[in-house]
Amino acid sequence: MSPKTDSTTVVPNAVPKLAVLVSVGQHPKSGRTRRADQDARAVELGMRMSDQQGLRLIHAGDKQEPALRQYLGMGLKSMVVLNQQQDSDVVPALVKHFNSTATDIILTGVKAETGEASGMVPYLLAEQLGWPIIPRIADIIRIDGQEAEVLQALPRGQRRALKVRLPFIASVDNAATAARQYAFGPGQRGDLYGANAENTPDKTRVEWSESPARKRAKRLNIVKAKSASDRFKAATAKPQGSGGQVLKDETAKEKAQAILDLMLAEGVIR
Amino acid sequence: MAEIIRRDPRLERIARNRLHPLHQSLCGAVQEVRGPTGILRKDPRAAGFIGPNGIKRIDRSAASGPVAGMRGQRIGGAKADTVSELPLHQIPNPDFLVAAVLDLSGGRLSSHDKDVLGQARLLAQESGAVVGIVFGDIKETAFDKAGVDRLIHIDNIDGATLQGYCPELKLAALEAVETQLAPRHWLFPDSVQGGAELGRRFAARLGERPAAQAWQVDTSNTICRGGSDRIDIARQTPRVLLLAEECALPVDETRHEALPISIEFAPLKTPLIEDLGPVNVDPSQIPLAEAEFILAAGNGVRDWDQFHDVAAMLGATEGASRVAVDDGFMPRFRQVGATGTWVTARVYVAVGISGAIQHLQGIGQCEKVVAINLDAGCDMVKRADLSVIGSSQEILAELRALIASRQGDTSATENADATSGSNQSAKEGTTGVQRRVA
Repeated sequence: MSPKTDSTTVVPNAVPKLAVLVSVGQHPKSGRTRRADQDARAVELGMRMSDQQGLRLIHAGDKQEPALRQYLGMGLKSMVVLNQQQDSDVVPALVKHFNSTATDIILTGVKAETGEASGMVPYLLAEQLGWPIIPRIADIIRIDGQEAEVLQALPRGQRRALKVRLPFIASVDNAATAARQYAFGPGQRGDLYGANAENTPDKTRVEWSESPARKRAKRLNIVKAKSASDRFKAATAKPQGSGGQVLKDETAKEKAQAILDLMLAEGVIR
Repeated sequence: MAEIIRRDPRLERIARNRLHPLHQSLCGAVQEVRGPTGILRKDPRAAGFIGPNGIKRIDRSAASGPVAGMRGQRIGGAKADTVSELPLHQIPNPDFLVAAVLDLSGGRLSSHDKDVLGQARLLAQESGAVVGIVFGDIKETAFDKAGVDRLIHIDNIDGATLQGYCPELKLAALEAVETQLAPRHWLFPDSVQGGAELGRRFAARLGERPAAQAWQVDTSNTICRGGSDRIDIARQTPRVLLLAEECALPVDETRHEALPISIEFAPLKTPLIEDLGPVNVDPSQIPLAEAEFILAAGNGVRDWDQFHDVAAMLGATEGASRVAVDDGFMPRFRQVGATGTWVTARVYVAVGISGAIQHLQGIGQCEKVVAINLDAGCDMVKRADLSVIGSSQEILAELRALIASRQGDTSATENADATSGSNQSAKEGTTGVQRRVA
């Protein structure tokens, strides 16, 4: 689905320092831990934009988690893990890390696949680092000097080009290039560097209660008809508009003009 | 206006007396008789007539029977009951405000927006007011019926217009609303149309912890969906809520005032993100189900080269009816309808499609339907918002000529821009990404 801009990605002379924040995902049906899909796409984008020296993988959490090896299995040598407890707020540790490490671009997924999954981490990082954030990018078109041009994925398969100055944070949409397969062996051989980081307990979350997702009731078509005949009509009528404009006796040119005007008014052609 | 029933005792007397000489002419088949207290009295024997075979026939269609209003002649508002106005909900001095920031994709309220307003109405209860906040150009006119008590429409800040992608300007606007009105709750649709992004930016700026994908909200408790839709999180209702679709029923039984409120803005910082505009995407690569603009062909299309040509010029995704697919003119994955793809296009142009019910089901969610057809009586014309009766070949030819002349104009102006010193086109040449024309 990605438009044909892949071949145009230009890696500049000065390699930008990329950091990709990865999390532990889960399979939507079985619940098994795995690499998170959007995070893996972010790693893929990072690997295309930069070389091994310029790309860092960062995870805040438990170093022992086996699913992290799947990111290394994509062909990376190492990953930094900021050690965090299960109930910690990872944002302060990440902010501290990025304040002390030179970084040009931080890539993340749009939202996590486990836990609260509010998608707030990139926004909180951006707010606290004072960097711009671009959500849902499909590709980075080019980076030169202090500016980058990125391609943002919009609904309905549309794309938008944005120019942003470095450093910035971007979350990677499902429209980005799919992540490459990971290999088991290189994943096991890769290095996970544990780094000590401050642990800030997440106090708000203690009060919450979690339960397996309840199935939501499907919204029914509510018919507020006053009479039986209205209810009958609502139940049986074909989907019909209230009768639109009909052009019959005009010339073909006028008819075509009417169609064009409607398209322009709706903004589907510019 | 209250309906006053004026009774005429003389006519009632004549109606009761079947032997009165005027009885037949006055109430041949009057069915509605009001008793002295105004209760409707029906004479079961009065209905119908004796048919030619001596069997009583009752015609229940309203077509026959002189139902001359001889009994209770209604005075004033004779047609009032057909267009009933919804009751107006007024809150002159609200105790508190609930802000709902609306996506307004395409300038109109989406169903998600209406759900958010319905939720805002629930949170505002009786004494609060719902403030709808909208940005940019709006085409929507029915804010009052969607439950907006106060409306803040922001289309520019300090002369900077809110066009295209400008999250930083919108965030500045919301901060100004926050400082001046301090709403009790902030509601955003958690949608890809922009609500999710703006809500998260705003929550991060306020330092509030939002409830994302909240789907059951009341004044004290909120349930929201967690990761991969596998868990529900129950928590206290926070100030900032990012609401899932169908979180509440839209407002539909009251009208609201939608009074405009104006907001003062602080001077702006220069935005860090610059919008370079939409990028041309190959329309044939967009999945049919999510395409915004579809040109669909049916049995009435003869000149297929012309059809493909027009679709390419318009930048429309191609669709087809079942007949066109069965006849081998279009591939199966292009089929629109119950057996093919259910499309959600904003504009759907049906060329030579008469509109089988399966096809009309498939385009049920389309906003604007344009029909080009020879038959003025077909079902597609009844469904369409704009119908053009005539040969599709001629009309597509004219359409192609019009677009060609338009594109000729715009590309001419663009060339003029390029020669007048901007190196924009040179840059585009290196990146290979083409800006949309005009």
